[in-house]
Amino acid sequence: MALLRRSETVIAGILLLAMVLIGTINPAFWQLDNLFSLMRSNVIIGIMAMGVLLVLISGGIDVSFPAFAVAAMYLTIKGMLALGYNGVVLPLLAATLMGLAFGAVNGFFVYKFRMIPLIVTLGTSAMVRGFLLGIVGTSMININKMPTALIDFARTDVVSVTKADSTTYGLTAMVLIYLGLALAMHLVLRYTMIGRSAYALGGDPEAARRAGFDLRKTIFFIYCVAGALAGFAGLLHSGMIWLANPRDFVGLELDVIAAVVLGGASIFGGRGSVLGTMLGVFMLVMVKNSLIIMRVDTTWQLVVVGLIVIAATALSAWRDRRRAA
Amino acid sequence: MSDGFIELRNIRKVFAGVVALDAMSLVIKPGEIHCLAGENGSGKSTVIKIMSGVYQPDGGEILIDGRTMPGMSPIEAIAHGVQVIYQDFSLFGNLTVAENLAMNVHLGEKRRLMNWRRTRAIAREAVDRLGVELDLDAEVASLPTAGKQLVAIARALMSDARLIIMDEPTTALTRKEVETLFRIVRDIQARGIAILFVSHKMREMLEISERITVIRNGRKVAEGPTGGFDEALITRHMTGSDILNEPYVWTPPPGPPPVPRLEIRSLTVPGKCEDLSLAIRPGEIVGLSGLLGSGRTDLALALFGMVPRYQGEILIDGAPVRLRTTQEAIDAGIAYVPEDRLSEGLFLPQSIKRNMLATSYERLARRLVIDRGQAEEMTQGMVRAMQIATPTAEKPVMQLSGGNQQRVVLARWLLTDARVLILNGPTVGVDVGSKAEIHAKIRELAQHHGLAVLMISDDVLELVQNCNRIVLMHRGRFIEDLPAADVTEETVSDRLKTFT
Ligand SMILES: Nc1ncnc2c1ncn2[C@@H]1O[C@H](COP(=O)(O)OP(=O)(O)OP(=O)(O)O)[C@@H](O)[C@H]1O
Ligand SMILES: [Mg+2]
Repeated sequence: MALLRRSETVIAGILLLAMVLIGTINPAFWQLDNLFSLMRSNVIIGIMAMGVLLVLISGGIDVSFPAFAVAAMYLTIKGMLALGYNGVVLPLLAATLMGLAFGAVNGFFVYKFRMIPLIVTLGTSAMVRGFLLGIVGTSMININKMPTALIDFARTDVVSVTKADSTTYGLTAMVLIYLGLALAMHLVLRYTMIGRSAYALGGDPEAARRAGFDLRKTIFFIYCVAGALAGFAGLLHSGMIWLANPRDFVGLELDVIAAVVLGGASIFGGRGSVLGTMLGVFMLVMVKNSLIIMRVDTTWQLVVVGLIVIAATALSAWRDRRRAA
Repeated sequence: MSDGFIELRNIRKVFAGVVALDAMSLVIKPGEIHCLAGENGSGKSTVIKIMSGVYQPDGGEILIDGRTMPGMSPIEAIAHGVQVIYQDFSLFGNLTVAENLAMNVHLGEKRRLMNWRRTRAIAREAVDRLGVELDLDAEVASLPTAGKQLVAIARALMSDARLIIMDEPTTALTRKEVETLFRIVRDIQARGIAILFVSHKMREMLEISERITVIRNGRKVAEGPTGGFDEALITRHMTGSDILNEPYVWTPPPGPPPVPRLEIRSLTVPGKCEDLSLAIRPGEIVGLSGLLGSGRTDLALALFGMVPRYQGEILIDGAPVRLRTTQEAIDAGIAYVPEDRLSEGLFLPQSIKRNMLATSYERLARRLVIDRGQAEEMTQGMVRAMQIATPTAEKPVMQLSGGNQQRVVLARWLLTDARVLILNGPTVGVDVGSKAEIHAKIRELAQHHGLAVLMISDDVLELVQNCNRIVLMHRGRFIEDLPAADVTEETVSDRLKTFT
């Protein structure tokens, strides 16, 4: 009974239903290579969603992470090319730190001036994108110039299968990174005081202040982690698609926020879980992927994602009202 | 040196030019039950926030165990055993009872990790110590008010409290719940913990406390053992004058009886109230009382268009109306001031003016633009009439004291030009002085503007003094219709006690 009432169970149920439905329309859905490619598409959105989840739980919202991701990615790769450096760990670390620094700016404005997170992140997002294109450059870095170490790293598979026609496909090892980060986020949210302080802040900021939470620490933590995850995901993404595009990730905030809300996080703060978010991400990616397979125009895909955000938000708002009653 | 556990000396606190506290002094002795009485906006909540370190005083000093505490922070206050139960309980609705209870322990120990098993153990102990039943895994948002209060009290008791401060703890409770609360309060006192209690209900203050401090305009005006006070004396200290209470008399005009303003015929809300018939003529104030769950609120909601599935007839000035939405009810001339005004009625960050005019904009905007002059005039008139303590109507409602916030909601409905006024607990959380003013305003509306008023209240005295008739309700039915001239507070209370 308690299991039935959990939103994760409901989301998993809906997800299964949707999978069966899509599988009936398009039996190719259940083929291993399709499932592998679906999981691959989960990685970047999923990692970013972990940051957005944290922000939403705290009662905030973040629309700047795609800008941070693209800036961290492009700057890192530009730097690698300039220095002639070809590696994996240091660049990922650099991109993560850059994202963290950007996130700290968000945190500063949200905490210090008590500004509405939406406005702050809209502003930082526009500024970061503007500086990037205006100062750093607008040209794409293609496969011929991309650092090979990154591409090789992102190409690692966990398992690979050879088809009858001797082409091979595999499940990317990046999925493990995603799962690892998700697990870490779960542990942080559930078993650390800073994680619980995010829930407290999202539940009732005034009560959190009175209880003696260090809200400065909490807010900086939240926005820094969201930025760091975005920076990390940004660089990983360029390795996976062999391309560094300074105009990448436009409109991604909608997808990621849709996925997180779909995963049961409340847009009003205080509720949300990693498991739910992962399910939400999977659902969103699957729906978009099916739309592509069904040759639905990208403009209409936008409509669908918009609908998902609204429906999921309405549903969670209704749920929260009923709980409070 | 003083013999007090905590002492405030000449505390001053100013908010953006408004002096909330001016040379306020207060002594709480160890293990006593102390009451803080004062009008709305006199500074009671501010005193509490100073004692708990939430606000820093602009002058004066705080002493705990005789030692001064300059720049005391909330954490320090808690460390010295000062615990506050806020009007809104300050709980996290999205977290479980267990986590809410254990939160402060974890924070106090400056933990970095969350141990769920320990959390449950801490919570279990806290609940057992209070001797109540609470589901530790329930989400706090799902608990009723009394349940949330128990969680807040249990939490306060955990951290070796030496003083527990309760800001208007009985406001949202039923009589039974108040009794339970008082039993718990005495229990707490028996452990040597002092209790500071803020309430607007004289009876409760006199019943529970050992010492009383009265505050007026941010200053202490009286202090002493409760035995030395009675209601009239407290009132005099609070307001600086005596309040006269004359019963409300309504005499039907000569000639044929006037058409009722509001008439209901066999009104039934399935499962809630049954076969209710009542007529209220212009100028009448009819009281409605009954235990919680008697159906009195359901009746009010039906009259305000919030229960579209009601059966039976509703007539306004003799004309039948069908009330399916609140808008239809407002259009029919019905105004409803709900029970839970603080959460249902107000837009807290918005100005007093906006809040007051919230339901009047349509009327003001007859010619597409809002008539600003008239809007201003209406607001100013109401601020004066309701005696809302504020320098300007542009101030956000959030910054008003609790009782003043309530007057804003009342004012809003008075501005709608209603013909029928339904009041659910019109003066809950309002001090005696303001109470009398609000009552006077209601009487004036009935007497001089011919409104029909239905006043629902738990406060029997309020009904006896202000109504010309009192209807008692039980299990969804009208049981009795008493002319107020014949009843006293005792007879009505006794009658209510026979209902179970
Ligand atoms: N944060 C604030 N900003 C500005 N003014 C404030 C603030 N808090 C309180 N005040 C003002 O200080 C005065 C005292 O308010 P306080 O809330 O202490 O009254 P109270 O005695 O608790 O009243 P009530 O019985 O209505 O709750 C009021 O005039 C109020 O408007
Ligand atoms: Mg108050």
